[in-house]
Amino acid sequence: MNLPLSKRTAADVANEPPVLHADSLSKAYGPITVLSDVTLDIRAGEVHAVIGENGAGKSTLMKLLSGHAAPTGGTMSMSGEPVTFADAVQAEDAGIVLVHQEILLAPDLTVAQNLFLGRELSRGLSVDDRTMNRRTAEILARVGSTARPTTRVGDMPLPQRQLVQIARALQDERKVVILDEPTAMLANEEVDALLGIVRKLREQGIAVLYISHRLEEVEALADRVTVLRDGKMIGTWPAHELDQRQMAELMVGRELSMLYPPKRGTASAEPVLKVEDLSVDHGKVVGSFSVRPGEVLGIAGMIGAGRTELIEGLMGLRPAQAKEITVNGKSILKSDVQTMMEAGLVYLTEDRKGKGLLLNEGLGPNLTLQALDMVSRGLRLNRKKEARTVKSAVKEYDIRIRTLSIKAGQLSGGNQQKLLLAKVMLSDPSIVIIDEPTRGIDIGNKSHIYRFIDDLVRAGKACVVISSELPELVGLSDRVLVMRGGRFVAELTGENITEQNVVYNAASSGEDTEGRKRL
Amino acid sequence: MSQAEVATIPESEGFKISWSDLAPFIALAIIVLLGAMINSNFMSANNILNVVTRSAFIAIIAVGATFVIATGGLDLSIGSMMAFVVGIMIMAMNAMAPSLGPWAIPAGALVALVVGSLCGLLNGLIITVGRIEPFIVTLGTMGIFRALITYMTDGGSLSIDRSLRSAYRPVYFGDFLGVPYPVLITLVVVVLGAFILYRMKYGRRIMAVGSNSDVARFSGVHVGRVRTMAFVIQGFCVAVAAICYVPRLGAATPTTGQLWELQVITAVVIGGTLLRGGKAHIWGSVAGALILEVIANVMVLSDMVSEYLVAAVQGAIIIIAMLAHRFTSSR
Repeated sequence: MNLPLSKRTAADVANEPPVLHADSLSKAYGPITVLSDVTLDIRAGEVHAVIGENGAGKSTLMKLLSGHAAPTGGTMSMSGEPVTFADAVQAEDAGIVLVHQEILLAPDLTVAQNLFLGRELSRGLSVDDRTMNRRTAEILARVGSTARPTTRVGDMPLPQRQLVQIARALQDERKVVILDEPTAMLANEEVDALLGIVRKLREQGIAVLYISHRLEEVEALADRVTVLRDGKMIGTWPAHELDQRQMAELMVGRELSMLYPPKRGTASAEPVLKVEDLSVDHGKVVGSFSVRPGEVLGIAGMIGAGRTELIEGLMGLRPAQAKEITVNGKSILKSDVQTMMEAGLVYLTEDRKGKGLLLNEGLGPNLTLQALDMVSRGLRLNRKKEARTVKSAVKEYDIRIRTLSIKAGQLSGGNQQKLLLAKVMLSDPSIVIIDEPTRGIDIGNKSHIYRFIDDLVRAGKACVVISSELPELVGLSDRVLVMRGGRFVAELTGENITEQNVVYNAASSGEDTEGRKRL
Repeated sequence: MSQAEVATIPESEGFKISWSDLAPFIALAIIVLLGAMINSNFMSANNILNVVTRSAFIAIIAVGATFVIATGGLDLSIGSMMAFVVGIMIMAMNAMAPSLGPWAIPAGALVALVVGSLCGLLNGLIITVGRIEPFIVTLGTMGIFRALITYMTDGGSLSIDRSLRSAYRPVYFGDFLGVPYPVLITLVVVVLGAFILYRMKYGRRIMAVGSNSDVARFSGVHVGRVRTMAFVIQGFCVAVAAICYVPRLGAATPTTGQLWELQVITAVVIGGTLLRGGKAHIWGSVAGALILEVIANVMVLSDMVSEYLVAAVQGAIIIIAMLAHRFTSSR
């Protein structure tokens, strides 16, 4: 990522009065304190980043500041005047808005209808679509979106929707804008666009509170950084005093051991997965690849390059045809999830909440759904065995829970991902395809999952990793295939696996360059 | 949050019963109490047996409907399907009576089970292969089955052969150790249904499909097959109800089973099964069926409200049940 550093000095920032001041804010749910004694200043025209692991209390702090929840201790003031918010509407009236991480837009309405939802402009009895569309175009232009006001939101790609959501938050005059993981869904170039928007807000004198997992964004963007850990405030620093490594260490409270395990070197055994001329979605995505035991194959590409589609096609989850698919020497004629699993290949989806876990169900039904045969006798479930399986998975995958009767939807992102991992590993596969292994999870859980992948391939299994996080892809993979426009365009090995090479191949239609083998 | 989470394995908390799961049974108990207060005849053994027996049809069909609804589906055709199966069964029995004698009854019952299952299969296949909303498909087949029974009865009634009546009569009116056969049959159906739903792999898959069909699909569950099978179970249950129903009146008419779909869906929903799928309470559905029948009975026994208003009270019950559910679950 290439981010211009246009930071002002700490002295500039320090002279501006705080728009929003929080004094020893605390929040407890019953006997459980989730946030204690957080004191924080947010000044006009600064980007103030709040970082911390999942569960550190970031979301709670955001909710308190934006009126979505009431503090159980402490006070807030705006420009010196004490304030309390009964609900989010009061906070918005005071000029504080929270842009949620999840997309909260009505998919069947147009962009303009969403932006003006609940306060439609009208002329007489009929709604004034013309004016609303015109105003929407203006607002969209402000956030750098090229979307048309009359487009149905459901027809837009996720990043575009994210921009619409931000646009909606910004249509009124705001003093404080709180962005909760705004880039979680975005690919690199869209992240750049978003960071541009945040800078523009700062130039307009708006105070921005910026929550992100991506430390490189924080480093590039923030004027000050506040670190939370376990619901407590660790401190606030001028951003230029911290580098990413120091931020990460402050977040986890210990020195980071090597985040990525050392590479294992080239694997030479016969491939365990061979895919020849797989054509998915009627030729939109086409590819051939193979994986050897003992290697991590990375699949890189921009969002929309067809990585997930290719794998879903391989698993029979999308219409697909292939010249040949071989799994552990077994030729697959008609692929589906069950057949693949029986052959030793499993796939862990990128869409944890939508396609991976039953959020309303407990641990057991989630864990065993894919491999029910493991816990049944004939047609009948063996619930004792299932309970045992749950317990051993909780232990083995370090799923942190307060009670065994917890529902999957109540777990943190990292624990959900570990549960999902445990679920696909239940059948003891020899080839594991993981789509976005660490999306939206904190750094402690990340390194846990990296170690898991490393252990897996060291035990002679094969792993395919699809990831939009370049450091992760580069740090994990023994070999990287780059996709662009639904085709593989490059294979990188050894020293050539660098972020620059991946980006170059994923983004450009550039000429062949030394060290990059074109396919 | 994280500081409260520990890396140890918590102990299981044993079996926990939530108030919302018990709600239909508590409601049933309250209504029974009210009935006893209003009319002393209500609690007589005769009346109780009568009520429970009459609720058997709705209860049996509601077991099947619980499966369909748990997958996120809906079957509006059950009332008409019931009439259609009754018609086919009577015709089959009458045709076989001269050659088989009383054995025509089990043979006809078998025909009914096959036809009912096929009707369910038809619904299921149109829905899953044709990818059409269950509401629309079963609205269509509801009309088709209703028209077929009207055609088969020629607008009048289709009666069972006289020679079979006395042999068949006990299936509805008879009892075993004082328990009427329809009640026994209901119990068997419910226990079987509960076993399938809660103890078998298939039941687990139903819940998965109902709570998120994408997750199920990505986990290798054949979603179409699971949903189709639920409709087959529904059809089978309709046939079982038909087998118990025929000896009661001995005939099929164009109005047989009319509006039963509403009673069945009401029973399932007040029993605690979610209409959007993913949560099923088979015993709750039975309680729901009993609630509907008991209310009707209490209204008939009391002079306060006209029995013509039974449907209105039943309609109000489903709305009240949903409101109660809203208030208990939003806490």
